[in-house]
Parts: sequence; C-alpha cells; structure tokens
Amino acid sequence: MSDAIQIAHNTLLAPASLSDSDLDRVMDQLLTSQIDAADIYFQASRLESWVLEDGIIRDGNYNIEQGVGVRAISGEKTGFAYTDEIALPSLMEAGRTARAIARAGSQGQTRLSRTTPQRQLYAPLNPLETMTEDEKIGLLRKLDAEARRQDPRVQQVIASLVAAHDVVMVAASDGTLCGDVRPLVRCNVHVIVEADGRREQGSSGGGARESFQFFVDEERALGYAREAVRQALVNLEAEDAPAGGMTVVLGAGWPGILLHEAIGHGLEGDFNRKGTSAFSGRIGEKVAADGCTVVDDGTLPGRRGSLNMDDEGTPSQCTVLIENGRLKGYMQDKHNAHLMGVNSTGNGRRESYAHLPMPRMTNTYMLPGQHDPGEIIASVKQGLYAVNFGGGQVDITSGKFVFSASEAYLIENGKVTRPVRGATLIGSGPEVLTRVSMIGNDLELDAGVGTCGKDGQSVPVGVGQPTLKIDNLTVGGTSA
Amino acid sequence: MSEQYQISARQAQLEQMVNDLLNEARQQGASAAEAAVSSDSGLAINVRKGEVETIEHTRDQGLGITVYFGQRKGTASTSDFKPEAIRDTVRAACNIARFTNDDPCSGLADADRMATDIPDLDLYHPWDITPETAIELGKRCESAALELDPRISNTEGASVNSHSGLHVYGNSHGFIGGYPSSRHSLSCSVIGQQNGSMQRDYWYTVSRDAKDLESEFDVGRKAGERTLARLGARKLSTRQAPVIFRADIAGSLLRSLISAISGSSLYRKASFLLDHLGEPIFPAHIQIQEQPRIPGGLGSASFDSEGVATYDKSIIQDGVLQTYLLGSYSARKLGLQSTANAGGVHNLSITPGEQDLDGLLREMGTGLLVTEMMGHGVNMVTGDYSRGAAGFWVEQGEIQFPVEEITIAGNLKQMFSQLLAVGNDEERRSSIRTGSLLIEQMTIAGE
Repeated sequence: MSDAIQIAHNTLLAPASLSDSDLDRVMDQLLTSQIDAADIYFQASRLESWVLEDGIIRDGNYNIEQGVGVRAISGEKTGFAYTDEIALPSLMEAGRTARAIARAGSQGQTRLSRTTPQRQLYAPLNPLETMTEDEKIGLLRKLDAEARRQDPRVQQVIASLVAAHDVVMVAASDGTLCGDVRPLVRCNVHVIVEADGRREQGSSGGGARESFQFFVDEERALGYAREAVRQALVNLEAEDAPAGGMTVVLGAGWPGILLHEAIGHGLEGDFNRKGTSAFSGRIGEKVAADGCTVVDDGTLPGRRGSLNMDDEGTPSQCTVLIENGRLKGYMQDKHNAHLMGVNSTGNGRRESYAHLPMPRMTNTYMLPGQHDPGEIIASVKQGLYAVNFGGGQVDITSGKFVFSASEAYLIENGKVTRPVRGATLIGSGPEVLTRVSMIGNDLELDAGVGTCGKDGQSVPVGVGQPTLKIDNLTVGGTSA
Repeated sequence: MSEQYQISARQAQLEQMVNDLLNEARQQGASAAEAAVSSDSGLAINVRKGEVETIEHTRDQGLGITVYFGQRKGTASTSDFKPEAIRDTVRAACNIARFTNDDPCSGLADADRMATDIPDLDLYHPWDITPETAIELGKRCESAALELDPRISNTEGASVNSHSGLHVYGNSHGFIGGYPSSRHSLSCSVIGQQNGSMQRDYWYTVSRDAKDLESEFDVGRKAGERTLARLGARKLSTRQAPVIFRADIAGSLLRSLISAISGSSLYRKASFLLDHLGEPIFPAHIQIQEQPRIPGGLGSASFDSEGVATYDKSIIQDGVLQTYLLGSYSARKLGLQSTANAGGVHNLSITPGEQDLDGLLREMGTGLLVTEMMGHGVNMVTGDYSRGAAGFWVEQGEIQFPVEEITIAGNLKQMFSQLLAVGNDEERRSSIRTGSLLIEQMTIAGE
C-alpha cells in the first residue's frame, strides 16, 4: 500500500536528486503573505498503443511525458507555470512565475508530510509490461479473426490496444505530500460491414485500471469484437429514426452518459461558485423524480474513472449528487471548496502537469430501482429504446444537453421492434430527471470507455445507470 | 539580442535536434526515418468580474520520430529534450518496429515531392505583451460586455492568449524544413438572465499578428449582444424546414466534407463519399478550394506533415469533386498520389455568393437560422446527421424569436446536394473559410 508514494519518489524525485527538503524550499518560496495555497504536481507517464488494420499490425506508438506544474492561489486568483524539466532550478523558476499572481510578501513556512491514501483501488503496476509485445499483437490478431469469423459481411476491422502508466506526486501548502501510480488499459474494436451496397459501422471496447490480463479474463476483448459486429449488423437493418418528443427507454450501463451530461457537469463546483450553472443555488430542490439517486464515486476498485487520490492529493470519495430526487451536493476541488466554504470531495483533476486542476467527475451513476427491465419496455405503447451511445455535450448555463444514440429501436405496443438509425437526443438537465417514471433494478456500469472533455482537458471517467424510462425526451431523427 | 536572431538560433537548435534524431535512427538500424520537433511558449490570462482569475505561463515542447525498417514502422514521442531521452525515444520507436508488420504502403512520402522552397508565409508576429497589459485588455473587453445591458447578469470572463513557437520537420530523404509561427486571441463569454432562465454566448478574435485582432470593445460588445439575442429562447414543434448555418458555425459542414474525402476514411471504406471522385456532390454553383500558402493565413504551411510541398488546388469545381485529400500512406492504399494533405488541409474556402446573411434570410423566407450546434451526431460511414441546435426562427426573411432544445437532422450527402446558397459574410477566424450556408430542407425535432 505504501508502494505508490515510494514508486512516485523513485520515479519523479530521485532521478533529479530532489529531496523532500528541496520541495519544502520550493514551497516556502511560493508562500508569500498573499498566497493562500500552493501546490506542486509531478508527473511521469508512459503511453503505448498498437493498431491492427487490414489484418496487419500497422502502427505502434510509444509516448514519454514528464514534467512538473506549480500553482499559487491568492483569493480567487491562480498563477500557474510548468516545466517539462524536473530539476530544482526549473522548479524554482516555475514557482517564481506562478507566485507573481500576488506581489510582495513575507516568508512562508511549510513542512510537507508524506501521506498515503487509505485505499488501494488498483495495483501500482506498469500495465505496459503486463504482456509481451508478441502477446499484445497476438491478442489484436485474435480480435481481427474473431470479428471476421462472426459474419462474411465484415469488410474492415480496426483493433487497438492502449496502455498508460501514470506516476504522479503532489506536494501542497496544506502539508499534503502523496503519490499515486495509475495504470490504465483500453481496447477497442471498430468494424465496417457491407451488404447490397450499404455500409454501416459498429464499435465496442472497454478498459480499466488493471493489467492487460483484464482483456483476456472472461474473454472480454473477444466480446468487444463480437459486440462491434453485432451492432454494425443491427445498423444494416436500421430505418429512419423518429423525430420529436416521445417516451424514451434508455438501456443500462453506457447510456448513463445521460447523467454525466444532464446532471454531472452542472454540479461541478466551479460553475456553481460562479453561479453560471443551471443548477446554481438549487441545493435541496427537487430536480429529479422520486427514487432517483445519483452519485459520483471515485472509489470503485479498478474502474477507469476511479482514483486513489485526486490530482490535489485528496482521497477520492463517493459523493451523493441527487438523493431521492433532491439536489444534495456539488463536486469540488480544493480551490472552489475553499471559496464556497466546504470541503473538497476529491474531484480535483487535471489532464496533466501542464494543466490546471478543476472539479471533474469520476464514475457517475444512478442507483437501481425496483422495476424489471422487461416490465419497463412492456409499459411503453410507442417510443424509443436506446441502448448504445456515442458522445454527448452540455451547455451548463442553459442546461440543454445532447447525447447521440448509435444503436436504438422502436418500441411498439410494449415490444422492441425495428432498429432505427442513430439520432441525437436533446433535453434540459434540470428537467429531464423529473420525467423519469420507472427505474430498473439492473444497474450496470459502462465497460470502461469514457473520456470527458472540459476546457480542453481530457480525463478518463465512468458512467452507469439501470434501465430508465423517461416520459418525454426529444429524439432527433429524420422521420417527422 | 534581436528577436529575429533569437528565433533563428532556436530554429537552428531544433533542426540540429531533428538531425540528431535521424542520425540516431540510422545508427539503430532504421532504413528510413522522419522526425518532427516543436516548441512553443505563451501566456494565457483570464479575467472575471473585473479581477484577474488565472495567469498561465505555457511552455510546451515535443518531439516525435517514426522509423522504418524496410516497410515495418514504429513511432515514439516525448516532451523530454535531453540527449538520453532522445536516444530512448528512438529506441522505443525501433522496438515498436520490430513487432509491426510489413506494410507495402508504408514509408516516407516520395522524395521528388519534398518542398524545395520554404517561403516566409508571414506567420510569425510575436506579441510583446506583459501579464499586466493582458489583464487590462481583458478587463476592458469584459466590461464592454457587462455594461451593455442590465440583463447581462454574470460572466465567465474574458481571456487573452498569446502563443508563439517553432516547428521543424525532417526526414532521411534529406529534407528539413521549419518555420516560426504565432497565434493570438481575445475572447469574452457572458451570461444573460431573463425570467429566471440563463443563456450564455461568446465572441472571439484570433490572428497571427496582434494588430489584426478586433478591438477589445468590439469583442465584448458582440459577446454581450449575442447573449442578449438568445434570451427568451423556446422550443419549436417538430417540422421540416430550410436551414441556414450561420457563418461562424458553418465550417463544421466543411469539416465533415474534409473528413469524408480524406484518404484515411476512404481506404477504410468509412466514408459516405466513397467512389465519388469526378461526381457532382454539390450544386453546380459551388466552388471549394485549398490555398495553403496564403500569407498570414491561420492554416498556412508550405509543406505538409511529411515534407510534401503544398499547392493550390480546386476541391469542388462547379459542384464536382476534383480530388481526395491524401497523405502518402492513403495515396498508396488507393493507388493515387499524395495531395500534400498529410496532417490535414491548409486554408480551405468556399467561394462566397452575392448575398449577405440578411439576403440569405430573405431567400429562405421561413425556416431556421442555426447559430450553435451541440454533440457529435455525424455518422461518416452513412452521412447520417443529427445534432442538437440553437438559433432563431425566421419568417418572411425576418428573425422572429430565439429557439433552443431542438435537433436538426438529415443526411450529409443530401444536405450537400441541397446547398442552395453561400453568403458573402465570410468567417475569417478559421483555417476553413465560409459564409453562411442555406440548406434546402432538414428535419427539425422539438416538442
């Protein structure tokens, strides 16, 4: 358990001959009288990817990144500088630049104390080394064969395997000194099928903070290949999607992107501190139907969105966002929490040392309800059943959000009937969950594929939900 | 030391680094290699409610190497410029190449296509701006928006960004080329409130040379005006109607075109425009071209990401598709020649029509003016198109009221063939230049 901070120290500080007392020096330099808080974020990451296309291993890439970011905060002001050279002189220089946000001042004093996160949600392993290159390539070949074996209409298979090994260390003026070793693996299969001159695509994948063995266990990766082909073949039969407001049943799992867009972003602390979110100032109000409880949970073992600690050194936690329909809380980083007079919820995340942290989601999902999914479908006379989605987006100020279905079916007289083409669904965040009329008992989390973008920064996230029935949602098809 | 001297010296350093990378690759046994190195620095400040919010000093650098062992390929990249890191990076690329397969299409672009002249395209105008000056500029910009109307109730602030840097590319054909460039911008985003509901909009200006930026007062005022115009937005009922994509968002339709005629989509058969070379895909009045060497252009470059000399070309002439957009790999896959589009397009434009936006609104009569789109609902394999939208409902050529929470849907192939008119209100803040675009009919989904 204490491995993480030791690995972080050995990876980040030792090669530069940096000691804990050097960090104290940099921190002391940062802390002038007008600086309320400061932190230093060290990071070294390795990313490896392999791509199979047209039956051959076409490309591989290996990326080495490292650097350190220094932040100084004075009231609502933040100064930030970073360098890709981990060494005392450049660290001191970055510190001087960052603290220029506040001028003058006296000597500060900090003593950093090493803390270790309580939990180990994932092993501090280097996933790149958990398979030999031959094994990685062998796996991709098997996926290609598996996809092509499913159906002769498969024309093109693109399979990819990605592993990231991210070692981070945070030193902060509140005494925090901790580290984390974050493995992340991802596999994806994309296929193009063709029949009678019509082409369609299907895509499936998954990932986790695990070793590559994750893809071998339970034949997960082979499952992605089969699933990608299944989706593509369904889409070959798809008819025009309906247009207009209607009852929509969302499948369990990945359709939880609904919660991420409609609710999640609007409950991030920065927007609410500034009063720019459609949810601002609405704590305690009813924003969802009875029975709807939504959490952001960074503590799920091995999940893509999970973190032992966030990028400010705060242990991740399970934060209740909506409890039985009422707005309960926001997701906070240290800076926004401090300004709002609350505690950080362990949601301070950043894409890298070269980016400023801000409140971000981890794994966001709705707790299960009482209804059997079959019962939910049977209750719908006319509507849409959407089970797979591409991306989504939200305007947090107006609250309007979209998410795009890539696999959907009509529901006619209580039965799932014909597949329809992909369509974007649009709604209003503060309203959509008030229209939830049935909640399934089948909570599922996504397969580990989510990436969230905010202010140009990408971080891995998870979503999930049980089957949900929403009484009225606008479906953006062409068949009016 | 003069700025000019400094940048030349820095460019020489980066060129040396590219040469070192290529030499290291050769020493490690690669039969061919290509490398790119970039380095830039900048300042980003954000001001909110009249106070500075963030000051970020950015300094980004990166190098990438691709090695070939015959027709096996490996790539690696790093942000670490130390000599040992360079060796490690080349080693990582070579290691990758031990495991990739022989690919008959892989390799450098053909030697005879390398750029032989690298003209100064006037892309580098560093802005000597201090954080203090940038903060004052941002404050003036934001207050121009806040003072516009009492309904402007909140703000996300104003941002000033200034970046400049160098990019050098070289390969084992002996080609090496590099150039400095700069990019500066000023933006403002404010929030309006009316009857308890909020709307946000923004405006920005961007250019290679700070003196070409719009004034901070204009940026702030436009941000405010755009926000005010959205207040009171409502939904529409579901219907079919003509749609105008306003110039500032219309570029996304051209990006879909670019993606559909790009080599990587085509050889994967992942494009709705497969086998359309020489076919009409737009009405006969549509002309689209690429002009990669416009002085000061936001997308200008004299060579592509493989060193191939860029050149002016017609992409759509009289509505007919003239060329695909290819790098050397996709060109070989398709049995064609590179079009110097490895890495993308450089300054694409659609020839403007006669009318301004008001003229287009009159031509449309009754329909939807789209000013914002949300989400990614574009299927490039089928061309199916369905995206969230906001904008204005138009009747008899006049804007009636703002609309939101609707979708617009169709199929790109059909939308392209129904492009009735291009406005002369050309959006110039992007490497893709277009006026507003009038599409004959789409499905609008709402209540």
